[in-house]
Amino acid sequence: MAEIIKRERLVPNIHCVEIEAPEIARKCQPGQFIIVMPDEKGERIPLTVADWDRESGTVTCVFLVVGTSTHKLSFLQAGDEIPVVVGPLGRPTKIEKLNTVMVIGGCYGIGAIYPLARAYKNLGSKVLTLIDVKADYLFYWKEKFEEVSDEIFVSSRDYVYDCQGYVPQILKKILRERKQKINRVYASGCTYLLYTCAQATQPARIETIVALNPIMVDGTGMCGACRVTVGGKTKFACVDGPDFDGHQVDWEELFARRKSYFDDEIQSLCYWERKTFP
Amino acid sequence: MVEKNQLSPDVKEKLKQEYLKGWRLALRKSIPVKERMKIPRQKMPEREPEERNRDFCEVNLGLAEEAARKEAARCLDCANPQCVLGCPVRIDIPTFIKLIEKGDFIQSARKIKETNSLPAICGRVCPQESQCEALCNLKKATGVPVAIGNLERFVSDYERLHGEVYIPPPAPATGHKVAVLGAGPAGLTVAGELVKKGHQVTVFEALHVAGGVLVYGIPEFRLPKGILEAEVDYLKKLGVEFRMNFVVGLTATLDDLRQEGYEAFFIGTGAGLPNFMRIPGENLIGVYSANEYLTRVNLMRAYAFPEYDTPVFRGKRAAVIGGGNVAMDAVRTAKRLGAEEATIVYRRSRKEMPAREEEIKHAEEEGIKFHFLTAPIRYLGDDCYRVRAMECIQMELGEPDSSGRRRPVPIPGSEFTMEVDLVVVAIGQSPNPLIPQTTPELKVGKWGNVEVDWETMATSVEGVYAGGDIIRGGATVILAMGDGRIAAREIDNYLNSLENR
Ligand SMILES: Cc1cc2nc3c(=O)[nH]c(=O)nc-3n(C[C@H](O)[C@H](O)[C@H](O)COP(=O)(O)OP(=O)(O)OC[C@H]3O[C@@H](n4cnc5c(N)ncnc54)[C@H](O)[C@@H]3O)c2cc1C
Ligand code: SF4
Repeated sequence: MAEIIKRERLVPNIHCVEIEAPEIARKCQPGQFIIVMPDEKGERIPLTVADWDRESGTVTCVFLVVGTSTHKLSFLQAGDEIPVVVGPLGRPTKIEKLNTVMVIGGCYGIGAIYPLARAYKNLGSKVLTLIDVKADYLFYWKEKFEEVSDEIFVSSRDYVYDCQGYVPQILKKILRERKQKINRVYASGCTYLLYTCAQATQPARIETIVALNPIMVDGTGMCGACRVTVGGKTKFACVDGPDFDGHQVDWEELFARRKSYFDDEIQSLCYWERKTFP
Repeated sequence: MVEKNQLSPDVKEKLKQEYLKGWRLALRKSIPVKERMKIPRQKMPEREPEERNRDFCEVNLGLAEEAARKEAARCLDCANPQCVLGCPVRIDIPTFIKLIEKGDFIQSARKIKETNSLPAICGRVCPQESQCEALCNLKKATGVPVAIGNLERFVSDYERLHGEVYIPPPAPATGHKVAVLGAGPAGLTVAGELVKKGHQVTVFEALHVAGGVLVYGIPEFRLPKGILEAEVDYLKKLGVEFRMNFVVGLTATLDDLRQEGYEAFFIGTGAGLPNFMRIPGENLIGVYSANEYLTRVNLMRAYAFPEYDTPVFRGKRAAVIGGGNVAMDAVRTAKRLGAEEATIVYRRSRKEMPAREEEIKHAEEEGIKFHFLTAPIRYLGDDCYRVRAMECIQMELGEPDSSGRRRPVPIPGSEFTMEVDLVVVAIGQSPNPLIPQTTPELKVGKWGNVEVDWETMATSVEGVYAGGDIIRGGATVILAMGDGRIAAREIDNYLNSLENR
């Protein structure tokens, strides 16, 4: 059992939850995730750790409300307990001092890239942050990012920023116009975002690390639900990843496998809604 | 591995002492051997195949008291009981059986527990036909051995259901702290043994339920969860502490735990890494590892979806690759989840199948199909990336391989296609790599198995012992428990030796 310290709606449909988990907080590194189960009948789902406090022993995750599990999580209150919080899982993101790094995040991935941006910044790298949101008001943790980024770019569809268009166009434009080389691109968020980022950086052969998010069950390498093909080899995202070389990922397979339980997810959510809001 | 095909002198001595007791002598004489040999083996009552293959309730119903006593009377109470030699933990089989014949069920259960901490489980899942029952003298005489497993199950169920599980008074605390890594049968055994010696024992388990394979792998219809829960409760009552959702290697390493004051360790993390065949199409949707399929259904209760949130794909035409217990469990699960056709695809013949005889029989009765001498070579998908068919090749048996079984050899040109919409790959598991990876000093073998001294279960690191599937690869519950008992004895010695330093 783990106690919920805080659960807060950051922007519509995206929440953050702070959980008491002293051991995880002590060990956690950027890029790692935890598995949570929102209640006794719930599913085990992975959430990237978006922040932690080693002293007070808490970890924070950001999640997009989509299916039953995230709906359940979005109703939690401080003081509630959830039966499973386990981690930190996955390999930490490879971080070393580079001149310039670009971190890209969309939806929950905005939270997920934050500790990475911070780590690079602390090492003295130049951090360019590219945020993907539908509209400006969906950009959460803006102040946190201002502290750890040298420059922030936003791709939004609401004409608030002068960078319009979707991430890959902006990314390409930045790559084209900047004189200084970008040494590494790191992306986290929905699979489509990861895919388009990898596509955009391919011609210039810029190292592009993507944080994959396949379906998982145990998260410790026991089940193989999270199989992905990278460079022609099957990998388990939970123990070999979740970070992989975006230019090597078999995207078609990943897109398909992500949708394995599409109908079941809808059925499950309808069942939960009927029960919760009769 | 040391092959122990002889009883040690102290086991022999104990057997003899029991054998010579007055009541045993009287009981032996009460029915002549000839009469005993005439009693038919008591049939295990089981649910009708057509009824049971739709739900997850237990198939075997257990012997009634009268039948159990009758079965016990079949045992000839030999002076030289071979069955004990077949049991990896050397249960005093004749004594516990004769106590049943006498009607003293509680004493019988306690007798078993002197050497086997999880008898209700072993009675259900041990491959008796190749262990104790294989060597039974009655089998040699009549062809039909005493139903040792069924009797073991009977008394331990009796003890549990009558609420007479004996909780020994706590031993004086020694002040030593032991960490048991993994809550499978190996780890649970070690925990139970060491807590009884007065050590402070903490079990660290990655999953949210204790039991290892017994809870995530073996289905309810073979081993009801309540039995395991009772065993875990018992350990808690003895004072064992359980730290669930704790992945040793990630949440904390073995060295971190040492820093926290743990002085001895037992690694019982099992063989959790699923093997795949690495053939084309294995990542199609609808192709599962047995671990994933069984975990979804058993641990996460996908059979009760959507009441439980975890889904599982319910195929109409299911194929399970493999011939062991895991394959049998998976194929019978698929049937229960509504498969019209559930088929075992196995590359050798029925004779070589490593599954327990009873499981094969139950599967056959439940309408499971078997494709022997067949192996998949690739899976074919539809537009949505779902598996729709499986290309197979026929095999013939060639020369024996290192395991002594004849090696299957593909017959060129024998390829054929089978329509399937669910595939479960149950071709074995490898040792869990997490702890070896994060404990560099730990010596591992060719297959990633932790290496131990087989006499003591000691690893290459001082104070660290290991047992069960992590040292053997996928083996059996009773071997895991046997390792646990040896390790517990050695850990106790080790802790005591620390005081003398
Ligand atoms: C489906 C199935 C059916 C089977 N049927 C039979 C049968 O009928 N008869 C029989 O005798 N045997 C059977 N077996 C084999 C038997 O279950 C195993 O040999 C036995 O469970 C091994 O016990 P163990 O304690 O070594 O490991 P396990 O039971 O595998 O337990 C290991 C535990 O360690 C945990 N763990 C792993 N890594 C870590 C870590 N880093 N930190 C913390 N915890 C960790 C795991 O979550 C698990 O709970 C079957 C196996 C399967 C999969
Ligand atoms: S533990 Fe297994 S091998 Fe030993 S007597 Fe019982 S059933 Fe037979």
